[in-house]
This record gives sequence, C-alpha cells and structure tokens, in this order.
Amino acid sequence: MKLPGWKEMTIGGVITNPGNSLEYKTGDWKVLMPVINQEKCIRCRICWYVCPDSAILELDKPYTTKAKRVYKISYDVNYDFCKGCGMCAQECPAKAIDMVPVEVS
Amino acid sequence: MEAAQEVKSKRPIPLSTNYAVAHAAKDLDVDVVAAYPITPQTTVVEKLSEFVANGELDAEFIHVESEHSALSATLAASLTGARAFTATASQGLALMHEILHVASGLRAPIVMSVAMRALSAPISIWNDQTDLFNARDAGWIIYFVHTAQEAYDTVIQAYRLAEDRGVMLPVMVGYDGYVMSHTTEPVVVEDRASVLKFAPKRPYPYRLDPDKPVTIGPIVPPEYYYELKYQQVKAMEGVPEKAEDVDREFQKAFGRGYGIMECYMCEGADALIVANASYAATLKSVLPDAWREGLKVGLLRLRLYRPFPAKHFVNYTSNVKSVLVIDRAISYGAPYQGPLANEIAGLKVREDLGFNLTSAVAGIGQRAMEPEDFLALARLAWEARTRRYPETIFYGVRE
Repeated sequence: MKLPGWKEMTIGGVITNPGNSLEYKTGDWKVLMPVINQEKCIRCRICWYVCPDSAILELDKPYTTKAKRVYKISYDVNYDFCKGCGMCAQECPAKAIDMVPVEVS
Repeated sequence: MEAAQEVKSKRPIPLSTNYAVAHAAKDLDVDVVAAYPITPQTTVVEKLSEFVANGELDAEFIHVESEHSALSATLAASLTGARAFTATASQGLALMHEILHVASGLRAPIVMSVAMRALSAPISIWNDQTDLFNARDAGWIIYFVHTAQEAYDTVIQAYRLAEDRGVMLPVMVGYDGYVMSHTTEPVVVEDRASVLKFAPKRPYPYRLDPDKPVTIGPIVPPEYYYELKYQQVKAMEGVPEKAEDVDREFQKAFGRGYGIMECYMCEGADALIVANASYAATLKSVLPDAWREGLKVGLLRLRLYRPFPAKHFVNYTSNVKSVLVIDRAISYGAPYQGPLANEIAGLKVREDLGFNLTSAVAGIGQRAMEPEDFLALARLAWEARTRRYPETIFYGVRE
C-alpha cells in the first residue's frame, strides 16, 4: 500500500471520512495467532466473550465431529483485527485454541 | 508611503499595551475569550471581561481554573469555528505548554498575547523574556512588538495571518511585562467595521458540525505522524512572505505598517544591536547619542521572531562588522547562553556572514537598563568590530 505524502494529508491529521477505522486493519502486529480446533471446541462462546477486539466470529456454519457430534455453529478468528493477545487460548476450557507463530511473508 | 497619507488621521486615546490588546480583541469581534488572570497580563482579561459585561463585545467569556484550561478552552472554541482569543504571561504560559503544541499541531488559528515576565524560582513578577523563549519551539508564529500601537495593530494582523488557509497556525504577540503592559501610550483604535473588513472571520475549516462529522486529534501512528509535522514546517516556511503581505495590506487600510523586521539607523552603520520589544524602543531614543559619540551603531528590531526572517537578517547584516544580540532569557549551558544569540550564530554559519557576533544577556528579572546602559552596549558593539567576545556577556550582574 502506498502511503500518502504530506501534501495529500488533511492538516492536523483531521479525519474527514467518518467510520473509516473499519479500513484500518489493526491485526498486523501479532506474533502468535490463535487457531481454533473445531474437533475440540465445545461451542461455549467464552472466547467470543473474552476477546478484547471482538475478533472472534460466531458463524452459522454447521460442523460434525469425528465422534458424530453435530454443532450448528462454528467459531473462527478475524485475523484482520486479532492482535494475538492469547486471551481466548488462555480462557478456553476445552484447550481448543492453539497459539501458533505467524509466518512472516 | 502615499497610501498612508490618504487615510484620515484619527485621534489617539491613551492606552496601556494590555488595554490596547484588549481593544484589538474587541474590535476583531472575537467570539470566545478564555483566560486566567496572571500578573502582568491581568488587565487584558479584566478589560475584556468588562467589554463582555457591558455589551461592547458579544463573546462567550469562559472563566477557567488555570492557564492549562484557558488554552484548552480557547483551542476547543477555535475548533468549533469560533474566533478565539486568550492572553497570558510567565507561569501561565509555562502551564499552557502542553496545549501550545496541541494547538499548533491541530492548526488552530488562535491568537494569544503574552505580557512577557520572568519565571520562578525565585519568584519574580517582573519582566524578562524567559517565558516566551521557553515556548519558541511549540510551533506558534511569534511576534514581538515595541509600542502599544504596534500591539493593537499586530493582534489585528495576527488573526488575518492565522486564519489564512495557507497558514492555519496559532500566533503569539509578545510585549514586555510592566514596561509596556502597564505604561500608557497614545493609541489610535479603529472602528470594528474597518477591522473586520481587513480581517474577516475565516473559521477553522474542519469545525465540529453534526452534518459533516470529523475526527479531530486522533492518535497517529509512525507511518503518518512525520508528514503531519512536516506540514507544520512548510506552513511556517510560508509565513514571512504572507506576514509581509498582511502588513502591506494593513498599511493600505490604516496607514500604519511595520514590515517583519526593522532596521533603525542602519544607513552607514558598521555595527548592529539586535533587540526587541521595549529595548528596541529605548534604543531608538539612545542611538542618536551613540552616533554623536562617533559610534555608527544601528538597531535591528526583531518583530516577527517565528518564523525567523532569515532573508531580511542576511540583507541587513551582510555588510556590517559587528552584531551584538541582547537576550533577556538564559539558555543555561548552551554554547551562547542567550537563546537568540545561539540562533543567530547558526544563521551566521549557514549564510557565511562575516560579522563578529557578541552575545549579551541583560535585564533578567527586570534589572533596570538605563539609557547609559544601552550606550554602554552600543560601545561594546562598536568595539566588537575588531575584537571577539566568545563568551556570553552577562551585562550588569554584580560580582
């Protein structure tokens, strides 16, 4: 992404485009990323509650485990905004979230 | 100038510089005044409060509990699109320091008068310029004025300059506490219609407006901060030319002009004294005596200080042999311990100027400087044509 030069920026850093924080992806500084193991996940929603960045997604995506247990929903991570703090992994009662190193491209 | 003669002469009224500044704010129809009284600026605030109370000025007068709040309120008002004014001195200016940078960083066209005074400790309510020189790197445009009339006129010019879309920077107008703030001089005041015609209100362009939501003052990451600061650098660089234009326009409208740097008795001078505010005024009365003594010493009066009018300075000093800089602030431990002398030393190197530079500190805590003292400095400046004084001279200090 090409960053704007000084002539292109609004004076004083004023933001004239309301709501554009959505365009600012804050998740690019993580060192470890949470990966949810759908087999182990018991769909308790604790990760969704504790995430300080609302980066856990609750998806209407059915999943059937190898033991034939059927879940109507799945959890996933919005990596654009996940900062890799690991609170979800720490709090997960099923130990279903692994923090794995981010591969730097 | 011809234009000057066309303007009908008006009858001056007696005003202190503090009152002159208050009159200027009134005649500019400022919308908001948020100020906290501090010696020797207090009568500016008192007078403005009186103007608001008796209906001469339709403004919101915000009573605040400190100067930090005074400038915060002034800044916020400015960002809503109001024409906002404040005034301070000394400890007050020091307490504002954090918000000084916020105001310039947000590009708010505030104007503030400063009745310059020493800083504690020990407590001194008297004049020197330590307060303002401590604020010089805060990104504000800074003027020094040397008469009450010039103070009145410069506050008017300051709004026109601050609100210029190519500038958008706050302005300080500095004058000497007591020596100017509390002494009375004849001042011509203009009618509000003429003042507003010269300086029509041009509010902050991104002012708070529910129909056009904006975010002012967001956190800015390293990828963007530097460019925003560079915008301030570029805005400042354009100021000398714009300030000269504003002054020329002012001269056309009201018949009084000052330029941005004044050279007095410079014709044929071999030595110059750099001084500002009341010292410049006193030197104007003393230098003719120096010339009668055979000392061809001129005065370079610093009017626009930030940005420093380097081009003018070079023009005036390229042919002189000696430049003596009077500082009324101390930059402890610096190569030259007068802050202004330090800057001029930088410019001397940058422009390869040939004069001998002498740094003199004087008038700290309003230690009296009599005409004979200025004559003594003129003799020193004259002598320094052929002799170098590498160390800052602390003039008048007792051993």
